[in-house]
Amino acid sequence: MPNKVLMQIRNTALDVYNKIKKKKQPTLTTPIRALSNVTYNVKAGFFELNGKMKTRTLTASTVKSFAQTLRMMALSKELIKNNDIATKREAYYVSKNWGDARFNEQSDSDSVMDDIEAMFGVNREQIGFIADEHGGDVAGKLIVHDKNEKGKPVRIDCTKMGSGAYSIPTSVEHLKFETSAKFILAIETKGMFERLNRHGFWKKANCILVSMGGVPSRACRRFIRKLSDEKKLPVYVFCDGDFYGYMNIYRTLKVGSGNAAHINEYFCVPKAKFIGITPKDIEEYKLPTHPLKEVDIKRGKDALKNDPFVLHHKEWQKAIKKQLQMKVRAEQQALAKWGLNFVIDKYLPEKLKNPKTWLP
Amino acid sequence: MAPTIAEEMARKQREISIAEFFEKNRHLLGFDNKRKALLTAVKEAVDNALDACEEANIIPDIIVEVIEMGSDRYRVIVEDNGPGIVKNQIPKIFAKLLYGSKFHRLKQSRGQQGIGISASVMYSQLTTGRAARILSKISPNKPAHYYELKIDTSKNKPLILKDEEREWDKPHGTRVELDLEGSYIKAGQSIDNYLKQTAIINPHVTITYVNPKAEQIIFPRATEEMPRQTSEIKPHPYGVELGLLLKMLRNTPFRTLQAFFVNEFSRVGAGTAKLICEQALVPPSISPHKVTREDAEKLINAIQKTKIISPPTDCISPIGEELLEKGLRKEVNAEYYCAVTRNPSVYRGNPFQVEVGIAYGGDQSQNEPATLLRFANRVPLLYQQGGCAIYKSVVQTNWKPYGLNQSNGALPIGPVTIAVHIASVWVPFTSESKEAIAHYPEIISEIKLALQEAGRKLQKYTLKKRRVKEELKKRSYIEKYIPHVAIGLKEILDLKKYETENIENELRKMLEKHRGKLEDMGFDPSKNIDFDEELARIGKEEEKETQEEQ
Repeated sequence: MPNKVLMQIRNTALDVYNKIKKKKQPTLTTPIRALSNVTYNVKAGFFELNGKMKTRTLTASTVKSFAQTLRMMALSKELIKNNDIATKREAYYVSKNWGDARFNEQSDSDSVMDDIEAMFGVNREQIGFIADEHGGDVAGKLIVHDKNEKGKPVRIDCTKMGSGAYSIPTSVEHLKFETSAKFILAIETKGMFERLNRHGFWKKANCILVSMGGVPSRACRRFIRKLSDEKKLPVYVFCDGDFYGYMNIYRTLKVGSGNAAHINEYFCVPKAKFIGITPKDIEEYKLPTHPLKEVDIKRGKDALKNDPFVLHHKEWQKAIKKQLQMKVRAEQQALAKWGLNFVIDKYLPEKLKNPKTWLP
Repeated sequence: MAPTIAEEMARKQREISIAEFFEKNRHLLGFDNKRKALLTAVKEAVDNALDACEEANIIPDIIVEVIEMGSDRYRVIVEDNGPGIVKNQIPKIFAKLLYGSKFHRLKQSRGQQGIGISASVMYSQLTTGRAARILSKISPNKPAHYYELKIDTSKNKPLILKDEEREWDKPHGTRVELDLEGSYIKAGQSIDNYLKQTAIINPHVTITYVNPKAEQIIFPRATEEMPRQTSEIKPHPYGVELGLLLKMLRNTPFRTLQAFFVNEFSRVGAGTAKLICEQALVPPSISPHKVTREDAEKLINAIQKTKIISPPTDCISPIGEELLEKGLRKEVNAEYYCAVTRNPSVYRGNPFQVEVGIAYGGDQSQNEPATLLRFANRVPLLYQQGGCAIYKSVVQTNWKPYGLNQSNGALPIGPVTIAVHIASVWVPFTSESKEAIAHYPEIISEIKLALQEAGRKLQKYTLKKRRVKEELKKRSYIEKYIPHVAIGLKEILDLKKYETENIENELRKMLEKHRGKLEDMGFDPSKNIDFDEELARIGKEEEKETQEEQ
């Protein structure tokens, strides 16, 4: 089973090698990783790559990233060959042994890694790297079938985690699920997840709680997708009432990102719905607010102008414009103004009952 | 009856002889301190020697000897191979102030007033009580004349102590020997430095110099070619002031005012002369002797209102761009040299010409102010830099575009030597000691134009140098990453060692091809074949002694 990715690495390097031998300037071609290069495929429900490519020719200004990309590909080849795996941070530290070609920041090595992924149209794990961010926490009516270190089946009951939670692993493809829940509730903050878990909201509402902890990791997105697909569960998303919650968290979960668009197809949850906190909620629940900062306003205006997802959904445009006029934002936990359990007793039941208050 | 105050005062009032005046104001002549006095004495004698040789069209061979005679006492001997001085003239030239051939004419020469050498004689007698010894010979067939002279300071007349004929094996020439109080330094504003700069700016001169340490230094001539002979010109009307005009009117042999103008001035024809007279409402036919002070004033005003062609400028002999640059090459080991000789220009009716030479980079310090060398009629100016029109022009020029640093109102900072030469029939010095050039706007503007012209040449070099430096930086950046491209390929494709090396070589070749050949802009100290290391050191070695003295 000669690995497909190994072939791709070899072919790319061979092309560079042959060009140099023929005294031609070698090039590397990668898809452009940005919102400007994606289309919102409404039918499929995610951001698709447009196919705009950037070709880097080996010159003075590109020689460093050229060398770094080749060395990163060599590292990837080693990992795949040895059936090993490295975290993004480990890869960054490996580069520290590359002399002048070392990375100065992990963000630089991450970006080169993303380029290679996109170049081959594969997932990070396929080129031998894994994320070191946590994958997300799960509690509620779910039984996960996994394997232990010896390969023996393990049965994990997510109702028996006490005040703790089940942690989503980096790779979720081999997992099997068993559930009687009616829906999945994906929550932005760990704090809100804790409150809902402690008070047994999943029991009351018959659901599975997932804490995303900010922008959902790829593993988290894939886990929710797989679970919701296999068990045919609706997905509701509960975020802060700000543009970061709407775009960076909700939109990424639902349709993917511009940055890693080559994998969006598998790492998105098109059926997700946004239940709150909406700009309307801020008014109707008279929530305490913070003023929008310079960056918030920029983020909102950018979304209206450039985000294919927002450009498709009039409701989102209306909501964002409204919030820009309100000039405020509200956090999930602001609901505590009406009592610590207001969110459990009043807010969530009301919202879940009334799809008209959701955003697409 | 007691005398009135006025009568009392009148008893004390008497004529001051010019010699007495200068005895008390020696600083005006460059004798303000011992160190400067020694330099001034040498300078005046050498200036005269060079002027004499050039006027007689003789390639100058000058011998200068400074001997330490005791504490603070020196003997200065300057000997030339010039035309010599006829017997009768010797006492007046050396022992009468304001006697000379150069004051009443307009011609480019080193000396101007006829003060210098006699002032040295006076200073010598004042500080040591000794007479000046002069030996001069005008032809191989005639004997040499030897004089011992002093100045009668109250009458400004020569006192002849000895007058005899002597044997001298020189075919012709003059030798001056003075004893005086002084102080010798080697570096900076020193005789060594003055003679060196003189040799640089007068490449046709050979100077043999023995300093008080009994070290002999020979500055050999670099060319047998004499500077172009300069002609004497008559004054231009624009440069004439009332006093001078009155004097000229009184002394002229011409019978009519019109003839006076036509013959005593340059660039005035019959038509122009008439025009001036008409403007002034003075009849052109009257005798110049009968022109009144009031009429003279009207004439001066009329001159200013009349259009008169500029004076002829062929009376000036510049050093020339080639020789100026060559001189700098001898003195400074730099990477780049350039020189500019401007066309002659005119201030107050006097023609003058400015030249600028620049030496950049090489041995010179990056962070020191520029070295400024000033010359007037081929004489180095060592004192009063700050008060000089040349200095003012340099600091008022913006050097930043030319690749040097500069703070407001200061000399530029950088590895650079700037030489400025002004040649004129009459160089306007700020004092009789001829150390700084007066701030005439016409002169400053010409110097600035010359500096800018040379600066633009320099700019081309500094820009090129900066570009090459940036390109080198870029190339070393690429060089740094080429091996990593090869390593990456080697690891992925399991290349052999020679294949990896081939890749590196190909990449380097590709880079060379795409970025082009690079000119080597590094400094090669042996490239400047004209550079004379020993010469360059002269006048620069700081001695502990002199520093303590300062």
